[in-house]
Amino acid sequence: MRCESSGATSVTKNMSESRRETFSKFLTAPKRRRAIVAGFVVTVFLWTTAPTLRAQEKNPFAGDAKVAKLGEYQFRLNCAFCHGLGARGGGRGPDLTRAQKHHGNTDAELFHNIHDGIAGTAMPAATNGGIGVGMSDEEIWQVVTYIRSVEKKASAAETGDAARGKALFYGSAACGSCHMVSGKGGRLGPDLSSTGTSRSLEYLAESVRSPSKRLATGLSEPMKDFSQEYETATVVTPEGIKLQGVVLNEDSFTIQMLDTREELHSFEKAKLRSFEKTRESLMPAYDAKSLPEKDLKDLIAFLLAASEKGGAQ
Amino acid sequence: MKTLLRNVAIEERFHPAKGAGWCGGLDYAGRFLAGAIGKKNRGPAPLEMTVLSAAKVLRVVACAAVALSLLAPQASAQVTFERLLNSSKEPQNWMMYSGDYAGHRFSALEQINTSNAASLVPKWAYQTMAGGKFEGTPLVVDGILYGTGQDDRVFALDARSGRPIWQYQQALPLDIRPCCGRVNRGLAILGDKVFVATLDAHVIALDRKTGNVVWDVHAAEHSKGYSFTLAPLVIKNLVIVGVSGGEYGIRGFIDAYDAATGERKWRFNTIPGPEEPGHETWEGDSWKVGGSPAWITGTYDPATNTTFWTTGNPAPSNRGEGRAGDNLYSDCLLALDPDTGKLKWHFQFTRHDEHDYDATQVPVMIDDGDRKLIAQANRNGFFYVIDRSSGKLLFATPYGRVTWSDSKDASGVPVARKEASPTLQGVPVCPGAIGATNWMSPTYDPQTKLFYVTAREQCDIFATAPQPYEAGHAFYGSAYFPNDEAQPFWGALRALDPATGKLKWEWKHTSPSWAGVLSTAGGLVFTGDAEGNFIALEAASGKALWHFQCGASVFSSPMSFAIDGKQYVAVAAGSALFTFGLP
Repeated sequence: MRCESSGATSVTKNMSESRRETFSKFLTAPKRRRAIVAGFVVTVFLWTTAPTLRAQEKNPFAGDAKVAKLGEYQFRLNCAFCHGLGARGGGRGPDLTRAQKHHGNTDAELFHNIHDGIAGTAMPAATNGGIGVGMSDEEIWQVVTYIRSVEKKASAAETGDAARGKALFYGSAACGSCHMVSGKGGRLGPDLSSTGTSRSLEYLAESVRSPSKRLATGLSEPMKDFSQEYETATVVTPEGIKLQGVVLNEDSFTIQMLDTREELHSFEKAKLRSFEKTRESLMPAYDAKSLPEKDLKDLIAFLLAASEKGGAQ
Repeated sequence: MKTLLRNVAIEERFHPAKGAGWCGGLDYAGRFLAGAIGKKNRGPAPLEMTVLSAAKVLRVVACAAVALSLLAPQASAQVTFERLLNSSKEPQNWMMYSGDYAGHRFSALEQINTSNAASLVPKWAYQTMAGGKFEGTPLVVDGILYGTGQDDRVFALDARSGRPIWQYQQALPLDIRPCCGRVNRGLAILGDKVFVATLDAHVIALDRKTGNVVWDVHAAEHSKGYSFTLAPLVIKNLVIVGVSGGEYGIRGFIDAYDAATGERKWRFNTIPGPEEPGHETWEGDSWKVGGSPAWITGTYDPATNTTFWTTGNPAPSNRGEGRAGDNLYSDCLLALDPDTGKLKWHFQFTRHDEHDYDATQVPVMIDDGDRKLIAQANRNGFFYVIDRSSGKLLFATPYGRVTWSDSKDASGVPVARKEASPTLQGVPVCPGAIGATNWMSPTYDPQTKLFYVTAREQCDIFATAPQPYEAGHAFYGSAYFPNDEAQPFWGALRALDPATGKLKWEWKHTSPSWAGVLSTAGGLVFTGDAEGNFIALEAASGKALWHFQCGASVFSSPMSFAIDGKQYVAVAAGSALFTFGLP
């Protein structure tokens, strides 16, 4: 089968999104009005002449269990490599069983994200030259149908007290000393602004209780099969200074790291007095004693609320 | 002779009567002539021409007049089959995908060696400006570099400066079905033509001086999943290619075309039809869509007039249901008569493969005293050494982590564990679907007598995804994804002893690499990594002597050539072809 890896991270910009931005940013009001009229004319024209475009706005197979099954197989072939079996998320790909999706929830947005990829992420276009062997429009809709069939709703309100969670996050639980949410917090751990929509509640809970079980992923370089993970590095510099921190990137000869004082370093490994790397996360494991179940739920509610609103402020 | 200046050596070979004499050495005349030729055809003359004293100029001109008459046939000499057979005698040129017919990917140049490799510097880069993987190994013949890149680009460059002489790009239709990127791995040369095989299943001959299309054959229906990604192999007057498309339920083949006309001389179907031996190894009609492509360049043994080709997975790749049997000739080493395409013998590495273990790795010919061998580090994790006169297996030993097989049959062939069969729920198996290695070329160094291969340590979960065959649609009946319970994936360049299969040394890669390996008479091996480093290591020990950060993963196999008496090493990474040399 796939004779080679996808190696695929050349992602296509989501055109509809970028067009919208450009539209309001750069056109003056009268020009905008004219553009709107022109756009309307074009839309009407396309509406009447291009049924395929219309089809892309709405899933033609919505709710069809048989199609969902076909979609599951397509998902296994094309998506599971990153998003895991059952769409529950892999190291690199978010959990797609979450009803609230960070990059858009509508059928049209899901279709476009699969068809064109998502700029600035490792999500490639599902066409030839992207990951795997590519999918036809019909197959993409099958996948959308499948994803819909496994979605689970999770709301902050049902999970816990988000306001209390926020207080814990930046207060006694001290998550904020290493994690940022919507621009506020520390830098050592992954930014958690969108984690609430990209990971399942179980995954989030597990990450707090046993952070070393599955390290978060960081940088994804184009063409590289695997992303850098949040490994822990301990080095002694040529000057004899001992530093500990997270690995931001690494190759056979160099390491780039952020130390626990949030200082960036890049070292040539051969020049270091010592270099050790472990898969023990720098994050402490919060057991039920240090973080009771109620607090954990409130924290997760905060993460859900933050990503649902697109910001916690 | 010491081979610092190999282009001189070749002149001597062609013109043995000509000595060093008063011309001050062929070295000088050779350089001068190379410069003069360069000026006419390929750009500026080398610097040394402009700093010659008047007396020297006179002397050199006189020499040149003599030398030119002798050298002219060589300078414009076409690549004959004779030259291809004797490629080791002109190491300044790299005339076929693996450098020679034996598949050694070894360069006899030694100017760059263990004592000076640390000082290597980039000489020039050529940017295709295309996205996707740049997998090509270029050819260099008499100062011209011929290469292929993404989207079936073909280019001829001045090998001294990197400046383009001509470019060609196949106008690929929308309905091509490449499995794994819009890639091409290289070309072949014979006479006044270069040959390329494309993603829309064309085999094309281009004029080597202009890039003009001389002939163009559509070998198979590309919309049904047939495509080409490999560099063709020229034997005698034939251009031999193998097809890609094991992901689409094709019926694989190896074709031979007349180099002069493009007329197809023979086709070997890698899946036997009704009445042919081996047909019974397929259940029902499964043979019609059974895959078994042949997407990597073969090798050739002139002593027995045998060409060796390897084949890929049966389709659907990770689901054996519906295709009960050994599924010949999938995952095989084939010994073919190049004149007729007739099968002499076959050896199957993986029977009834359910893990995408294409055998498409270059079958490397090794002569060990009287023993004539083929060594192959297979995607399934075993290193096989086979008697190439009979196809008999001598041994198979793991060179990476293997869990799909834990036993061997009476002839020593590894046999699959039943429990390794993919299921709907998914089964973790090592190596993963990409394999313990893949298409990236290994190298055999006749000096160290070691076989070097890029090994990938990656296990996958294999899960089935039942699907019917539909023409032109992906047909692999399966999914695979990284087994996140396993340790992080990594890779290594491994030096294996082909006499025993034992590991001599390894160079660890931070993550699995897609770079092939080159060995040189300078005591070096060159490879790359996924982090973008191009690395020179000591062939005897595996010690890294030099590296260069290319800025993107190395997805190609390196080669070496010389011009003006200067050795270069070339490799593609990102969108660029880089060359390196001494300062």
